Amino acid sequence: MSQAGLPQSISPARRFERHAPTFELGAAHSAQVGMVCFLCSEVAFFGTLVVAYITYIGQSTAGPTPAEALSIPLAVANTICLVASSFTAHLAGTAMHRGGLGGFRGWLAATIALGALFLAGTAVEWRSLIFEHGLTIGRNLFGTTYYTLVGFHAAHVTVGVLLLSLMFCLSATAALSRLRTGGFEIVSWYWHFVDTVWIVVFAVVYVFGR
Amino acid sequence: MAVVEQSASRAAPLPATAGLSAWVSTVDHKRIGILYVATSLAFFAIGGIEAMLIRWQLWAPGARVLGPEIFNQLFTMHGTTMVFFVGMPILIGFGNYLVPLMIGARDMAFPRLNAMSYWLFAFGGTLTYASFFAGGAPDVGWFAYAPLTEYAFSRGHSTDYWILGLMTSGIGTLAGAVNLVTTILTFRAPGMTLGKVPLFVWMMLVDGVLLIFAIPPLTAAQIMLLFDRSLGAHFFDTQAGGSAVLWQHMFWFFGHPEVYILALPAFGMISEIVPVFSRKVIFGYESVAAATIAIGFISMGVWAHHMFTVGLSDALDAIFSGVTFLIAVPTGIKVFNWIATLYGGRLRMATPMLFALGFLGMFLMGGLTGIMLASVPIDWQVSDSYFVVAHFHYVLFGGTMFALMAGFYYWFPKATGRMMSERLGRWHFWLMLLGFNLTFFPMHIAGLMGMPRRIYTYSADRGWTVWNQLSTAGATVLGVAFAIFFWNLFLSLRRGKPGGDDPWDAWTLEWATTSPPPPYNFEEIPLVRSRRPLWDLKHPEDPDWMHE
Ligand code: HEM
Repeated sequence: MSQAGLPQSISPARRFERHAPTFELGAAHSAQVGMVCFLCSEVAFFGTLVVAYITYIGQSTAGPTPAEALSIPLAVANTICLVASSFTAHLAGTAMHRGGLGGFRGWLAATIALGALFLAGTAVEWRSLIFEHGLTIGRNLFGTTYYTLVGFHAAHVTVGVLLLSLMFCLSATAALSRLRTGGFEIVSWYWHFVDTVWIVVFAVVYVFGR
Repeated sequence: MAVVEQSASRAAPLPATAGLSAWVSTVDHKRIGILYVATSLAFFAIGGIEAMLIRWQLWAPGARVLGPEIFNQLFTMHGTTMVFFVGMPILIGFGNYLVPLMIGARDMAFPRLNAMSYWLFAFGGTLTYASFFAGGAPDVGWFAYAPLTEYAFSRGHSTDYWILGLMTSGIGTLAGAVNLVTTILTFRAPGMTLGKVPLFVWMMLVDGVLLIFAIPPLTAAQIMLLFDRSLGAHFFDTQAGGSAVLWQHMFWFFGHPEVYILALPAFGMISEIVPVFSRKVIFGYESVAAATIAIGFISMGVWAHHMFTVGLSDALDAIFSGVTFLIAVPTGIKVFNWIATLYGGRLRMATPMLFALGFLGMFLMGGLTGIMLASVPIDWQVSDSYFVVAHFHYVLFGGTMFALMAGFYYWFPKATGRMMSERLGRWHFWLMLLGFNLTFFPMHIAGLMGMPRRIYTYSADRGWTVWNQLSTAGATVLGVAFAIFFWNLFLSLRRGKPGGDDPWDAWTLEWATTSPPPPYNFEEIPLVRSRRPLWDLKHPEDPDWMHE
């Protein structure tokens, strides 16, 4: 345990070689990693809801069944909205990187509108399910699993629309330079993720589950 | 060592960093770590008292210390507390305190999120305990099997408290995990590649990943249960086609990784402490890290070994049994690594080392009974008996708790600048070892004799009395051991002897700064060249990076 050579009064903390930090310590980088971690947890969350949905396909002891209640045209229209919104979100990102504030805000507004349209479509769908088909969460297992899965997805879309709107407001102030540091990029990852979940939900609920 | 001791220039706290409001509003990872640990210790005292009451009720056949309803509440709250409000948060607390120091960072990646995690945990724990004042605590067991938890069978709101309390703290835990993983991946000092981080950091990384994938399924399942109970949904309502077995799958898909979530940080502490007190580098760093990753993956695929008696199918039983045997391999690798590190070392039998050695022996016992339980016929015989209670306490208490105690004695000087008393530490260790084995070893026998878990009393003619009395006596010894521990904490905090910056002559970065470290941890971000940066600093003539 020879420790010769250490001056007696200096804590080792102060005696590391001087250097410029070379490793990535910037906020944008860690925010990206943090978002990826969070989205992984969301995969596990929706995975569980989907497993429950699949387990209970065809297990209801009372009607209505998915085939009777679900409207495919409406679901397809909803899907088109959401998929299109992923493209507009991507275009907004490209515009931002090019420095085009106008293009950025335009595509962002389109994304928000498409997301809101999706939510409106869901509202129409639920209205018809509840009042025309009498399907509630307590009606049968289909209602239980349907409202839980689709409802949690819609809640995520709502959060996404709010986040995108926040970005829109920020871009109206002088804070676009802050957006450039990655804020929008990360929100758009979330948005793409929510869209991807919808593809799975669509496949499970409206295609296989019918 | 004398060298470093003299440099223990403890900076007087700045006015803004003193006082209660500073603790409440802190975003400093060290303070949040201490808050986590202190709150968990309070819950540990509560969970321990609950265990004591359980043991006193079981002292004699037909005892009337507690009624059956209270008994059910107590074992449920004991299990829930120990897993969710002691085990996880205390380990996250150590991780919070140590990880940034060990990787040469100034704080966690998201300091405010970090504070939010802690407060969600504190609030979730308090909320769960508020049930005692709202008509009774949860009484459905810590894994809350359906359909007992459905509204038809569990009236009132105790189960809702269980759901909401755990969900709240679960969200905090998840945020904490995201924070840990991000910190480890992006905040390491220059030169500290993933192949050079201390093994504790490796284990916290895998732990964080496990949390990220394990907590959300539990949250989802709890949401389903909440919908069943309050919105009339039918997820676990067997009369409407729902499945009680689905709850078991979802719970254990969380629950089994959870066991490793509670074990990995403990393995990490042992991997730091054993080398320092053997005066050797860890044997096979790469294989320990690789085994950790293997455990992480395999632990996601063993959940149904908790369900052998449900009647899944022979094929499923065989698969889950096989995978469970498989996970013993990486765990065994680690045990061999620790033993090989001890072999030929110059062992220093200070208190942290005593607890580390205690861990090795006790955890091994738990691992061996685990292998027994992994074989389906044995599990059919002893499932839900006291044999299982004995098994998981050897793992959770004999493993995690012993390692944690080693961690307390080892890092206390870093966090406070003072040593814990070695004399009290020795009393604590030997009484804990004795009390632990006296409490839990006889449970193996009671279990083999057929005593089921979760019964509030038993008749005298079953022949279980003597084993239960040994257990209760042991629990009392454990109580004394922990009283000594708390006394030691209290006393050492006030007048422990100054420890200096590096009292154990250790090699990782947390010992390179002052004790306690300044808010910014390091004046200069260190440059790392080997797995033992502090060794390199102390031994410029023979640095590790020449050999690694
Ligand atoms: C302080 C010493 C402890 C004693 C004397 C003790 C005693 C007991 C006993 C007797 C039971 C069985 C209750 C029954 O089935 O009726 C039990 C259950 C349990 N204990 Fe402990 N225990 C202690 C510490 C711990 C620790 C440190 C942990 C985990 C970190 C833990 C986790 C559990 C769990 C998860 C259960 C299952 C609860 C349930 O069945 O729902 N215990 N404990």
